[in-house]
Amino acid sequence: MTDKMMPPEEVVGRLRSGMTIGIGGWGSRRKPMALVRALLRSEVTDLTVVSYGGPDIGLLAAAGRIRELVTAFVTLDSIPLEPHYRAARERGDFALTEIDEAMFMWGLHAAANRLPFLPVRAGIGSDVMRVNPGLRTVTSPYEEEGGREEFVAVPALRMDAALVHLNRADRLGNGQYLGPDPYFDDLFCEAADAAYVCCEQLVETAELTKDAAPQTLLVSRHSVTGVVETPNGAHFTSCAPDYDRDEAFQKLYATTPWPEFAERFLSGADEHDYQLAVQAWHKEQR
Amino acid sequence: MSVSRSEYCVIACAEAWRDNGEVLASPMGLIPSFGARLAKRTFSPDLLLTDGEAMLVGLDGTVEGWLPYRRHLTMVTGGRRHVMMGAGQIDRFGNQNISCVGDWERPKRQLLGVRGAPVNTLNNPVSYWVPKHSARVFVERVDMVCGVGYDRAAGARYHRIPRVVSDLGVLDFATPDRSMRLASLHPGVTAEQVREATGFNLVIGDDVPYTREPSADELRLIRAVIDPEGLREREVKA
Repeated sequence: MTDKMMPPEEVVGRLRSGMTIGIGGWGSRRKPMALVRALLRSEVTDLTVVSYGGPDIGLLAAAGRIRELVTAFVTLDSIPLEPHYRAARERGDFALTEIDEAMFMWGLHAAANRLPFLPVRAGIGSDVMRVNPGLRTVTSPYEEEGGREEFVAVPALRMDAALVHLNRADRLGNGQYLGPDPYFDDLFCEAADAAYVCCEQLVETAELTKDAAPQTLLVSRHSVTGVVETPNGAHFTSCAPDYDRDEAFQKLYATTPWPEFAERFLSGADEHDYQLAVQAWHKEQR
Repeated sequence: MSVSRSEYCVIACAEAWRDNGEVLASPMGLIPSFGARLAKRTFSPDLLLTDGEAMLVGLDGTVEGWLPYRRHLTMVTGGRRHVMMGAGQIDRFGNQNISCVGDWERPKRQLLGVRGAPVNTLNNPVSYWVPKHSARVFVERVDMVCGVGYDRAAGARYHRIPRVVSDLGVLDFATPDRSMRLASLHPGVTAEQVREATGFNLVIGDDVPYTREPSADELRLIRAVIDPEGLREREVKA
């Protein structure tokens, strides 16, 4: 069977400027940060990014890599407003497709199911309709009490590539989450033409279910193109139960001018250099 | 011991979940969280609560269920939830904005984004909490309608905004045209104060009642059990 292991650089090498890229996780939780950092070291730009946004968006926006963002929010959770995203938005750096959290989810479902759209009871009456003039509505084809209800027809959120971070994976592309919430990582993988799974730890297939229930097997290899092992790769977002969010570092990220932060932590040659820079910073704080 | 303003706010938030039955209470913010916990400890014991992540938990933290975001969104559309959201701006019909201030194309201040406000307001009861009542929050027109208000909810069969709680009082929409009304004043606040801190023409009756007093047991629960550190006093100053 196909061994899908690859380094972060190879994942990024398969991405092209102008692509639509989905990023898994939620807010500042289990984000594929190692892949985002690899992307920042590349020349890939002009991206349409689809994400329940966290620091992945802050980093890409600050670095000027986003042409269009599709999201319902961008937040660092413990710090409600993402400062780098905020600054980029207020400068008018990129186009925004702002949709509701549920519309976003049904857009992923539609894409994963090869449907052009799915009806959702959300959006009508709100300015989501005003700022997305391309959105259409559908009326229920069935008679029911109270008349035929009108819904938003959320278009499929189809992507060229998806990047997700999971706790464990095997070489074949079977991915496992061990934390409390799968977020929508399985849907991201199924909604994309190519999906790349970053994991905390690579294990043999038989290891996956040795101590964990089969329901933890969130992502199946048929929807995965590449597997990357990057310990601490979701840093500084949370990756329960392997580690919590690095709140001290997140605070540093949120309060440091972008050029300074990028110079100190993102100017190295690879992910290893980043992790060393973070360790050095933590040592200074003691 | 006299009751503080923040304690009246906890009571006013708790009352939002009275007689709600077996639904998820989703409080956003500190004082709504204390209110939801108080309601569950006293008059609404069947409420469900989350741990802020993906678990449904009892008051002592015992896990009783699993509610990742995908199931949470089904709870919303199934209607078995009453959320109390914040509001950067809110208008007289309850249209709410948490997305951005100024022109959406290039905002003066980017806030959170629409989040789940559109789906919330069309599917389950949505109340609001405003810790600092001012004309900057209670505005004539919101810059981006996230949560849908009564004037834009024609045909929305599950739309309901039970109440808006602020540090000055409780507001509701029990008027013929569904515009916002002052339902009660927290003791120590005057109707004139609320009028001045509101950027639109608020409906204010002749005899506005006061927000109810907490019982001795409720005060003990707030002070000794739910918020022993007194964090409520930081969110709403006396």
